[in-house]
Amino acid sequence: MSQRHIISILVENEAGALSRIAGLFSARAYNIESLTVAPTEDPSMSRMTIVTSGSEDVIEQITKQLNKLVEIVKVVDLSEAEHIERELMLIKVRAGAKEREDMKRMADIFRGRVIDVSDNTYTIELTGNGTKLDAFIQALDQGAILETVRTGASGIGRGNRILRV
Amino acid sequence: MDRVKGIELTGAEIVVRCLQEEGVEYVFGYPGGAVLFIYDELFKQDKVKHVLVRHEQGAAHAADGYSRASQKVGVCLVTSGPGVTNAVTGIATAYMDSIPMVIISGQVPTYAIGLDAFQEVDAVGVTRPCVKHNILVKDVKDLAVALKRAFYLARTGRPGPVLVDIPKDVTMHSCEFHYPETVAMRSYNPVKKGHAGQIKKAVQLLLEAKRPMIYTGGGVILSDAAPQLGELVRQLGFPCTSTLMGLGGFPASDRQFLGMLGMHGTYEANMAMQNCDVLLAIGARFDDRVIGNPAHFAQNPRKIIHIDIDPSSISKRVKVDVPIVGHVPDVLEEILKIIKSAAQRPDPASLGAWWGQIEQWKARNCLRYDRNSKIIKPQFVIEKLFEVTGGDAIVTSDVGQHQMWAAQFYKFDKPRRWINSGGLGTMGFGLPAAMGALLANPGATVACVTGESSIQMCLQELSTCKQYRLPIKIVNLNNKYMGMVRQWQQFFHGNRYSESYMDALPDFVKLAEGYGHRGVLIDKPADVEPALRDAFRRKDELVFMDFITDQTENVYPMVPGGKGISEMILAEDL
Repeated sequence: MSQRHIISILVENEAGALSRIAGLFSARAYNIESLTVAPTEDPSMSRMTIVTSGSEDVIEQITKQLNKLVEIVKVVDLSEAEHIERELMLIKVRAGAKEREDMKRMADIFRGRVIDVSDNTYTIELTGNGTKLDAFIQALDQGAILETVRTGASGIGRGNRILRV
Repeated sequence: MDRVKGIELTGAEIVVRCLQEEGVEYVFGYPGGAVLFIYDELFKQDKVKHVLVRHEQGAAHAADGYSRASQKVGVCLVTSGPGVTNAVTGIATAYMDSIPMVIISGQVPTYAIGLDAFQEVDAVGVTRPCVKHNILVKDVKDLAVALKRAFYLARTGRPGPVLVDIPKDVTMHSCEFHYPETVAMRSYNPVKKGHAGQIKKAVQLLLEAKRPMIYTGGGVILSDAAPQLGELVRQLGFPCTSTLMGLGGFPASDRQFLGMLGMHGTYEANMAMQNCDVLLAIGARFDDRVIGNPAHFAQNPRKIIHIDIDPSSISKRVKVDVPIVGHVPDVLEEILKIIKSAAQRPDPASLGAWWGQIEQWKARNCLRYDRNSKIIKPQFVIEKLFEVTGGDAIVTSDVGQHQMWAAQFYKFDKPRRWINSGGLGTMGFGLPAAMGALLANPGATVACVTGESSIQMCLQELSTCKQYRLPIKIVNLNNKYMGMVRQWQQFFHGNRYSESYMDALPDFVKLAEGYGHRGVLIDKPADVEPALRDAFRRKDELVFMDFITDQTENVYPMVPGGKGISEMILAEDL
């Protein structure tokens, strides 16, 4: 049965590492739902979060194949245990005189923040797990959405669960 | 740290010095604009010898053949753009069979990268899916470390090809040269020793087995584990089979050897695989050409122990009960130690009954063919080749029917004698690989078993053979068809031989002569042995033997694609 997994990777911050990982997923026909990457506190290393889906066998192969890549330092399937997942969304919505109030209230309900304003738009920043962001989009009048930017999920283990070298 | 101050060298000098430091004997290559400075440095020294091929595919295959025949890292050197794209087939071939190789490719100068310069191609991008690793060196200061790493990565863990892409200006710039003595990479630490608990479990299963089977692959050859494997098989008294890549890991003439398994494996090997109760897989990967349909394979219950250096090879196509990740010889030694100290032995009655069953399967004589044929049978040529060379030749092959017949009928008793492209299945591999194998083993008897279609794919290397006086014996099984394609078309496409017939073949005798070699045409069974004897007596000559063989012959047994390993078509069925 196909299940959603969130995989965390520590990788050498080297040119080409990202394309090697993306290439592995396409070459072996693995799914990528989202992929985020940025350097860690140690600039020589990047942390990557990949959301993928597959059967248990496929996920096992994904982690093994990732581990085989020479630049990858560590791989952890965060979904194996308690973890926290967050995604950031920037969404620009129509907010003319008559929608302004409603739109602000809706952002408040989802604990979003209006971070930019023009005569007829709001730009709202919203953080949460993917389902919360989905719910916000669903809650809006679809015609009011002008632009959506999502980062994809980042994840971290709960409590003392630490991924580092 | 007390460090001797290094000398100042150019990038090109550094490349050559690194090759010398690594003890590289031969570089197979072809010059071009981006590597001119490296070639200039090669010219100025004589420690590292260069073999000039006629096409970069030949360079990669020759370096590959050199490695397979010697266990050393093969090295090839190509220029940017078409130089590296031509080599890609050879690199992918090495990758699929886990052959340690370092490919040095020239690149346009750093300031021209990305500007669609003349002979520019993104070598790192093009080769990414078919190398173990690749590195673009943008600064001469990183060059020595990159090359050191390349050799280290190529030969350690699961071996494979590593490409180092060097822009032309990097070969011109200079810096202080230190060749690092060791490599430390926090991201790369291949496991060596197997897990002790797992090894104990494995031994317990082996000693309790009633219908055991040992299945070995290319990992045994690559890790030089033949001595340990031989001891283990004999200690246990179990039957043993090998994949196409594993042949020679256990002596083929031994009575415990059941022959090759898989799509064209023997009846007894495939039946034993399907019906065993404990399977020990060593350096093999249960691929589609070996166990066929995994669902069919899983119908019979059995416990599987799998030893492999690469965790991703374990439980990829077939679920395994006892995985052991480690260097094969080390793990086998641990297993042997425990077996020797154990009081228990496999139950002789069960083992006897199992061997009785295997003998019955063997009695089907699945490799039989018509020995009274008036037309030369390809199998007969290989049998005679085995006899004439005393089973002691290094045999390379191309891809197709001739490859399978060579694997079935030449009994390989030693490792690194059978050199073929198993994973990628590259036609054109045989001749350049034979060049590399012969250079790795000067004076050895080297035969290239090929077909009229395959040989034409890297034919230009006959010229290289002339230049370097490589007395390879080419055994061309000429049936005027792409035999394996024709066989599939006969079996699965209603005898419609679409584009598998070669209508305008060259006169191979004249062709060989044109390249300065000896060519012989053999079209009668009675002439096969004399022709082979004559050819192998000619120690200094390349002899191209063009055997006109039966066009209708097929490779049996055959497991059709998608079928189970025990669902074989045998010659007797038709």
